[in-house]
Amino acid sequence: MKSRWVRLVIPAAVVPVLLLLAYGFWTNPREIPSPLLGKPAAAFALASFTGAPFNLEHYRGRVVMLNFWASWCRPACYEEAPTLERVWQAYKDKGVVVLGVDVQDSDEAARKFLAQFGHSFPNAPDPGGRVAIDYGVYGVPETFFIDRQGRVRFKQVGALTDDIARKQLDKLLAEKP
Amino acid sequence: MTARKLLLLALTALAVVPAHAANPRPVDEETVHEVAAQLRCVVCQSLSVADSPSETANQMRGVIRERLAAGDSPAQVRDYFVEKYGPWILLAPPRRGFDLLVWTAPFVVLGIGFIVIVLVIRRWRRAPAPAASAPLAPAVRERIRREMEDLDR
Repeated sequence: MKSRWVRLVIPAAVVPVLLLLAYGFWTNPREIPSPLLGKPAAAFALASFTGAPFNLEHYRGRVVMLNFWASWCRPACYEEAPTLERVWQAYKDKGVVVLGVDVQDSDEAARKFLAQFGHSFPNAPDPGGRVAIDYGVYGVPETFFIDRQGRVRFKQVGALTDDIARKQLDKLLAEKP
Repeated sequence: MTARKLLLLALTALAVVPAHAANPRPVDEETVHEVAAQLRCVVCQSLSVADSPSETANQMRGVIRERLAAGDSPAQVRDYFVEKYGPWILLAPPRRGFDLLVWTAPFVVLGIGFIVIVLVIRRWRRAPAPAASAPLAPAVRERIRREMEDLDR
């Protein structure tokens, strides 16, 4: 009688705890879905390094690839830097604009980074981190894909690859304007 | 502090001056702290925005200050961060939906434990008292007495 009771109670207590632990270990604590997906992208207007226009409204009607980066972000920002310029060159005549937001950086280091990779798309520093916070950025690099209607459609956390960028841009370009 | 650092600080302070500076309100630093303490520092492990020395947390405090100065209530500022980062940004999960489980489960488990203890005690009291231990054999008793004497000596 007593042993049957114990045989029932112990699994009843242990199994849920084990399941909870298993679930916790299977999920990636850094993979937090952005609540911004599907929502209108927050407007911003920054002073770019080169004087090129840097506000979202200006590029309305184009697909926007918005990249958050920093010169101190090693190695991920350095890994994806060539991709950003390649994608910009390949897509700038197809209705895509690449925008780079430089967070928590010094002007000197940021300009050196841009020169090192020959980035020719608009880039701007983000004083006070307001734009980064407005996009719920929690670490660089992060890249947001914004459709022609100005909605956030995809968020890439970590280094961007050519494959991911092309797949997302092709998808958004294929949609009716 | 070097002149360079001072300059950097001054520039940062300028950058954090609210966009709505035209009509600034005095902001109570305690209110800034109160809101920041509820938010998770996104680049830390288990630290609030109020406690983290990171630049990201510093910038978040700047945004909190700016929004309060623009006339937002502490709850509106908190909601802004939830809107951008999701409920994950809150250190204490909201007391509704699935998250309610976190708030109630400890008390439920405590209650179950209490019931189990009551049941077990009842069972013990119903069970017959264990038989008194058997008397010691005279030889053993004698040996204990002798060894106790040895200890006293």
